[in-house]
Amino acid sequence: MASNKKYWKSVEELDQNSSIVKTLQENEFVEAIPTDEFLGDKETLEASSTTRRDFLKYVGFTTAAASLAACEGPVIKSIPYVVAPDEIVPGVANYYATAMADGFDFANILVKTREGRPIKIERNDLSTSGGVNARVHASVLSLYDNNRLKAPMVGGEDVTWAEFDKTAAEKIQAMAGQNVVLLTQTFASPSTSKLIKEFTTAYPGVRHVTYDTVSSSGALDAFQQKFGTRALPDYDFGKAEVIVSVGADFLGDWQGGGYDAGYAQGRIPKNGKMSKHIQFEANMTLSGANADNRIPVKPSDQKKVLSALTGGSTSGLSPQVAKAVEMAKAMMRKAGSKAVLVTGLPDMASQGRTLDANAGSVVMDTAKPRMTRSANNAEVMKVMNGVISGSVKGLITVGVDPVYSFPNEKFKAAYGNLDMTIAFAMKKDATASLAKLVAATPHYLESWGDVQMKKGSYSLIQPTIRPLYKTRQFQETLLAWTKNETSYVDYIKETWSGVLGGESWNKTLHDGVLVSGAGLDVAPVVSEEMLESSTSHGALAASQDGGMELVLYTKTSIGDGQQANNPWLQEMPDPITRTSWDNYVTVSAADANSLGLVNENVANGGLNGSLVNVKMGDVTIASVPVLIQPGQAPGSVGLALGYGKKESVQTEMQTGVNAYRLNNLSTETQNISLEKVAGEHEFACVQLHNTMMGRDIIRETSLEIFNTKGADDWNPMPQVSKDHEEIDVTSPEADLWTSFDRSVGHHFNLSIDLNACTGCGACVIACHSENNVPVVGKSEVRRSRDMHWLRIDRYYSSDESFVEDKEKKEGFSGLSGDNGSLGGFGELEIASANPQVAFQPVMCQHCNHAPCESVCPVAATSHSRQGQNHMAYNRCVGTRYCANNCPYKVRRFNWFLYNENDEFDYHMNNDMGRMVLNPDVNVRSRGVMEKCSMCIQKTQLSILEAKRDGRSVKDSEFQTACSAACDKGAMVFGDINDHHSEVFESKKDKRMYHLLEAVGTEPNVFYKTKVRNSKEA
Amino acid sequence: MQKVNFKNISSRVSLFLVTAMLTFSISTFAQADGDVTEVVAPAADGAGDAAAGKALFNANCAACHKLDKKATGPALRGVANKYDREWLYKWIKNSQGLVASGDALANEIFEANNKSVMTSFPALSNGDIDNILAYTIEPRPEPSIAVASSGGGGEDGSGTSNNVILGGLAFIFLLLITMLFLVTNTLKKIASNNGVEYPAKEGKKPLWKAFIENQFLLLISAVFLLLASAYFMYGFFMQVGVDQGYAPAQPIHYSHRIHAGDNEIDCNYCHSSARKSKHSGIPSLNVCMNCHKNIGAVSDDVLAEGLNEHGVDYNKEILKLYDAVGWDVDTQAYTGETKPVKWVRIHNLPDFAYFNHSQHVTVAGVACQKCHGPVEEMEIMEQFSPLTMGWCINCHRETNVDLAGNEYYEKIHKELSEKYGVKQLTAAQMGGLECGKCHY
Repeated sequence: MASNKKYWKSVEELDQNSSIVKTLQENEFVEAIPTDEFLGDKETLEASSTTRRDFLKYVGFTTAAASLAACEGPVIKSIPYVVAPDEIVPGVANYYATAMADGFDFANILVKTREGRPIKIERNDLSTSGGVNARVHASVLSLYDNNRLKAPMVGGEDVTWAEFDKTAAEKIQAMAGQNVVLLTQTFASPSTSKLIKEFTTAYPGVRHVTYDTVSSSGALDAFQQKFGTRALPDYDFGKAEVIVSVGADFLGDWQGGGYDAGYAQGRIPKNGKMSKHIQFEANMTLSGANADNRIPVKPSDQKKVLSALTGGSTSGLSPQVAKAVEMAKAMMRKAGSKAVLVTGLPDMASQGRTLDANAGSVVMDTAKPRMTRSANNAEVMKVMNGVISGSVKGLITVGVDPVYSFPNEKFKAAYGNLDMTIAFAMKKDATASLAKLVAATPHYLESWGDVQMKKGSYSLIQPTIRPLYKTRQFQETLLAWTKNETSYVDYIKETWSGVLGGESWNKTLHDGVLVSGAGLDVAPVVSEEMLESSTSHGALAASQDGGMELVLYTKTSIGDGQQANNPWLQEMPDPITRTSWDNYVTVSAADANSLGLVNENVANGGLNGSLVNVKMGDVTIASVPVLIQPGQAPGSVGLALGYGKKESVQTEMQTGVNAYRLNNLSTETQNISLEKVAGEHEFACVQLHNTMMGRDIIRETSLEIFNTKGADDWNPMPQVSKDHEEIDVTSPEADLWTSFDRSVGHHFNLSIDLNACTGCGACVIACHSENNVPVVGKSEVRRSRDMHWLRIDRYYSSDESFVEDKEKKEGFSGLSGDNGSLGGFGELEIASANPQVAFQPVMCQHCNHAPCESVCPVAATSHSRQGQNHMAYNRCVGTRYCANNCPYKVRRFNWFLYNENDEFDYHMNNDMGRMVLNPDVNVRSRGVMEKCSMCIQKTQLSILEAKRDGRSVKDSEFQTACSAACDKGAMVFGDINDHHSEVFESKKDKRMYHLLEAVGTEPNVFYKTKVRNSKEA
Repeated sequence: MQKVNFKNISSRVSLFLVTAMLTFSISTFAQADGDVTEVVAPAADGAGDAAAGKALFNANCAACHKLDKKATGPALRGVANKYDREWLYKWIKNSQGLVASGDALANEIFEANNKSVMTSFPALSNGDIDNILAYTIEPRPEPSIAVASSGGGGEDGSGTSNNVILGGLAFIFLLLITMLFLVTNTLKKIASNNGVEYPAKEGKKPLWKAFIENQFLLLISAVFLLLASAYFMYGFFMQVGVDQGYAPAQPIHYSHRIHAGDNEIDCNYCHSSARKSKHSGIPSLNVCMNCHKNIGAVSDDVLAEGLNEHGVDYNKEILKLYDAVGWDVDTQAYTGETKPVKWVRIHNLPDFAYFNHSQHVTVAGVACQKCHGPVEEMEIMEQFSPLTMGWCINCHRETNVDLAGNEYYEKIHKELSEKYGVKQLTAAQMGGLECGKCHY
C-alpha cells in the first residue's frame, strides 16, 4: 500500500524558490562530495585503465583462485645429505657432553642435537660441580640469537679475519710500550690462562685484568689471604645440620650459585632429621623463602649480626633480631662441625670472619675451592679510572661489556677516545658498538674449551654445531696473534697432557668431565697490596647518610644480563615476585607507606606500581617502577642487575633499568634516596593473589609435629559425607565415575617434593625448550595469557606462618565482629611484613577423573591408560570449556598465532630462532588449547626404545623435561605399576597428598607435604 | 521395418572395420617386438672359453675393472696382448708380492693407479686366468651401439606407428560416418521416391515439458540432486589433502623397479634409518655411490627397456647422480663440487601426526609394502596408501601385535589378554587408538 504521507527533508522545502531544494531534486547531496580528494590524485585515477568493475573482477578472481589453490597441496622438497655424517641418523637425537662458562654461569651439561642442531640442554649426571640453572637451560636459544655479530668488524665495517688480523697486528704494534689492558671475564680455563700468559709475554705492554660484572672480590681476597690461592670455598650444604646465612642468597647466584642441589638433600626429612636454616637478609631471596627462620635485616645491621654471630655482642640490634642471633648461635654451637655460616656482605673482613667461623666445618671445602670467580675490584676500578684519566691507552675486552656495566658514566666517552679498542664479543653490545675493532666470537656451543670449575674438577667444552657465522673464538685469535700454528683443540690437548693422567682424551671428551689430582692455576695473580686496597678504596660516591640502603641482586632469569636478548628468560617470572619482563625496586610495605608508593591491580587484573627516581650521590636513575615486597627489610631497597640493555637487544626486550650504574663495586653499604614521581608502571605479573588464605593448597607442617604426630593429623585425607557418615573422598563409594583399569602396562605419576623444591625455575625453562612453548610478550603476560605449561606458584603467609593463617580461618565465627569472616578474609589477603614463603610447581595434574575431558564438545582431550591426559590439538576447536572447568588452571589457550607472526617477534618469528624447536612436538596454532602432556614424546620414545631392544623399561628411563632438569630431586617421574620404581616408593610416603584432593579429580601428579624445621608452628 | 534394416547394416560395417583395424595394429606391434629381439640376439654370441671367463670376470674382477673404461683399476680390454702371460699370472695371483719384489713393470702400474692395492687372487688357476683373458681379448661387441641407435629409432618408430594407427582410425571413423550419412540420405531419397510416407510427428507434449509440469517429480528430483551433490561434495572435500597416487617427476629418474625389483636390493639398505628412527630417510648420495662408483652404465637390454617403455635414458640419469655427488668419471675421483639433489617429497604427513618408522618396521615387523605398495614394481615412485587417519586406525584395529621373543610385551600381553579374554591382541587393544599416541 502506497503511502500518501509526504516526508520533509528540511525546512527549506517550505520555500519553493530555495536553490537548495532545486539541487536536492537533482542530486543526493547539496554540496558535491569531495570523492576525488578523498580517493587521492584525480588524474591518476582517471588515467588508470582499471575501472571499478575491473577491480572487482580482479578481486573476485584472485579470491577464487586463492581458495582453489589452497585445495592443492604444496610441493615439498626433501634434500638429503650428499655425504651423510656417520653419527647422524635423521630423526634420532645425539647427545654431547660439554660445559658452559660465560664468566657468570659455569655448568657441565649434555647438549641434545637433532640433525646437527642443538635443541636442548640437559644435566650431565657425571658432573660434581656447577648447577644447571634456568639460564643454562635457556642458553641454547641464545645460540640462535638473530642479533649476534656475523663477522669481525673494523671501524664499523664487516671484514674478513685476515684483514682483521692485519689491522689488529698493526694496532697492537703501534701501541708497543704503552699501557694496554686486556680486560676479560673469568675463564677458569687452564688452556686460556696459559695462552694469555704467552700473549702478554709476547706483547709486554699488555696487562691482563679479569672483571666479573657481578663480583665476589671480597670473598676472593679473604680466601687468597688465608689460603694463598685466589678462589672461593666450596660448600656442601647437604652435610650441614645448621645453616646460618647473613645476606647470602646461596640458593641464588651467591658466589657463582649451584649450591641448591646439595641444600635440598639436607632438607628432606630422614629419620626425623633435617637441616635447620636461619637466614638474615634484606631482600626476599630464594634462600630466605626456603629458610626455616627468616629475619629481615638491612645490610648495615647485617654486619652487626655477623659480628655478633662470630663472638661479638648483640648491642645495637633490635630485640627480635638479637633473639634470633642468640638462637642461631646456640644452634651453631650445638651442631659443631656440622654448622656453617655464610655471608653475602661484600667486604673482605666479613668474608674472612665466615672463613674463620667455618674453619672446622665439614660443610666448607677449602682444599678443592671454586675457580669460577677471580676478579679483584680494586684492579678493575684502576682500569676504569685509568681509562677515564687517560693513563690507559688501549683496552681489549673479552666477554665483558664495561661500557654497559661500569658504574661511571664518564667511562663511555673516555672509551671512545682511546687509541686502541678491541672488543671480543658475541653481540654488538655497548662496548662493541664503540670499539674500533670488533672480533666476533662464537657461542659456547660452537667452541672448544676447557674449564676447571673446582680445583681438580675439569670439564671440556666441545662444539656441537659448526659456527653459524664468520666467528672465531678468542683463543684462536690469540693463537694467531702469537703466531702459533696449532689449533686451539690441539693446544688444549697439549695443556691436558698433565691433567689426563691415565684417562684417554676421547673418553674425557665423551664424559665431558674429569676429576684429576692435578691442579692447574687458572686465576691471574693479584698482588697483596691490591687486597689491602680493595677494602679501603673509595671509588665513587661516598655513602651518604640517611636514605635507604641499596641491595643489588641478580635474578634467576636474567642474571648478569648477558642473555638479556633471550625471550625465554625475559618471560620467565621471577620466583619471588612472579613478575616477568622487568626489573624494579623492591621496598617494604612500611617504607612504601611512608613514601606514598602503591601497588594495585587494575580492572584487567594487571598489576600497576608507582614510579620513583633512584638517587645515589650524583647518579640518578629516573622512573624506576616500585614493587612492594613482603619480607623486605624496612630501610632497604632491592634492585636487580642485568636489565636496561639497549645495544643489540631487540626493542621488545629492552626492559628495565640499568642498575650497574649504582654498582660502584664498593664494599660499603650504598645509601640511596627514593623520590616518588608521577605516573604508573604496568607490570607483567602472573600471580595476582599472593596468599593461600588458609586453604589446603600447599600442605605444611613443622618437623616437631611431623615427628611426633600421625599423618592424619598433619596430612589428613579430605572427608565427604555419605549417608551421614564421613568417608574418604578417594573411596570408591564417594566416586561418581567408574574408574579405568590402569593396572596393566605403564601408569605414569609425577612426584613433587615441596621440601626439596627451592623454586629455582630450571624446570620452567626446560619445559619451554622441550615442548616448543611460545613466548607471548609482556602485554600478553599482563593480560594473564602467559603460555607456561609449568608454573611455580609462590604463596606468602598472611600471619607469621601458614599454620597461623589456617588457625585464623578456622577460628572465624559469624560474618562481622572480631572473629568475623568478612573482615577476616580481607586480612588474610594481605601478606605479612615478614611472611613465610612456599613454592609449588603446578602443571597439568593429569587427573584420572579429569573435569576438562567431560566438557570438551569435540573430544579433543581424552584419557589414556598410561595416566596421561591427552590433548589432540588438531581436534581442538577452541571453546575453552576445558580451561574453565579445570580446577588447577593449567590449560593455556593460544589467543594468537605465535609463530611466523610479526606481532610476536620472538624466536619463532625468525629462521634462526626456529632452529631450536623440538621436531617431535607440535607447534600449536591460533585458537587451540594446550597444556602439559607429561612429556608424552619422551615416555613414548623410552617405550619404543625398549620395544626395539626387546626388554622392559628401566625406571630411570622415564623422565619428563622438568624431572630431568631438577637437580634437587624434587621432581621424580616414573611408572607406579613398576613396584621397584622410585616414584612408587614416593607415592607410599606419608607426606604424599594430591592438590585439591577434595575435588575428587584423582590426579596423577602428587605432592609431598612441606616440613619446616621450625619449633613455633 | 526398413529403418531397422539400415541400422543393422551400419553396425555390421563398423564392426568389420574395427576388427580389421585391430588386427592391423597388433601385427604392427608384433613387428616392432621382432626387431628388438633380432638386434639383441648377436650380443649373446661367444666362444666357450670366453663364456667361462665372463663368469669369472663378473665374479672376481668386475668390482674394480671394466673392459672399456677405467674404473678403480684400468680398463682390461686387450690386456692379454699387452703383457707377458706369465707375468700376468703372477700379477693376478699376488700383485703386491710382485710390487714388493721390485719388478719394474709392476711398480710402474702400481704408481700409475694411485697406489691402489689390487686384491690378490691366489685361488685362481692359470686356466681360470686364461679364460678371463680370453674374455677380455674378445673384440668389443658392436651391437651395443646398434641397440642404442635402433632402440632410439624404435622409440621414434613406435611413437609414429601409434600415431599413424590412431590417425588412421580417426580417418576411417570419419569416413564411416560420412558414408553412413550418405547412405541414409540416399535411402531416404529412394524411399520418398518410392512413395514411402514418414508418419508425421504427433502433437504430443515433449517429455521435458511434462516433467517440468509435474511438481512432485520436480521436488523428488531436486531432493535427489541435492543429496547427490552433497554426497559428491563430501567425497570431494574428503579427498582434499589426500594425495593417493601422487607420483611427481623427480630430479633424477630413479627406478625402484630396477633397484628393489630386478636387483632385489633390500629396502633397508638405502632407507636404513627406517629401522631406528621415525624417518625412513632418503639415502644420502654416498649410499648411491657404494654401488654406482662401479656401475656407470646399465646393461644394454635395461637401457633399451628404459628407452622403449619409459622414455628414459638410464645412463644419463646415472650421470646426473655423478654430477650431483661430484664424481669425475674420467679421473675416477671426487671433485668436491656437490649439488645436493632436491627430491620431491611424496609421503607428507601433517605436522600434528607423529609416525615412527622403527615402531612399525623393527618392532612390529610390518613389511614396507604394506603401506608403500608394490614398490619393487614401480618405475616411478608413487603414494600407494591414502595416509588418512581412518586408514591408520583400520590397520591398528585389524593387526595383531607380534609378541614373540620381545621381553617388553611379555607381561603386558599376558595381563591384557586375560583382561580382554583373547589370545591375540590387536594394536588397538594395546592402546594404539589413544589420541595422544600419535598427536602431541
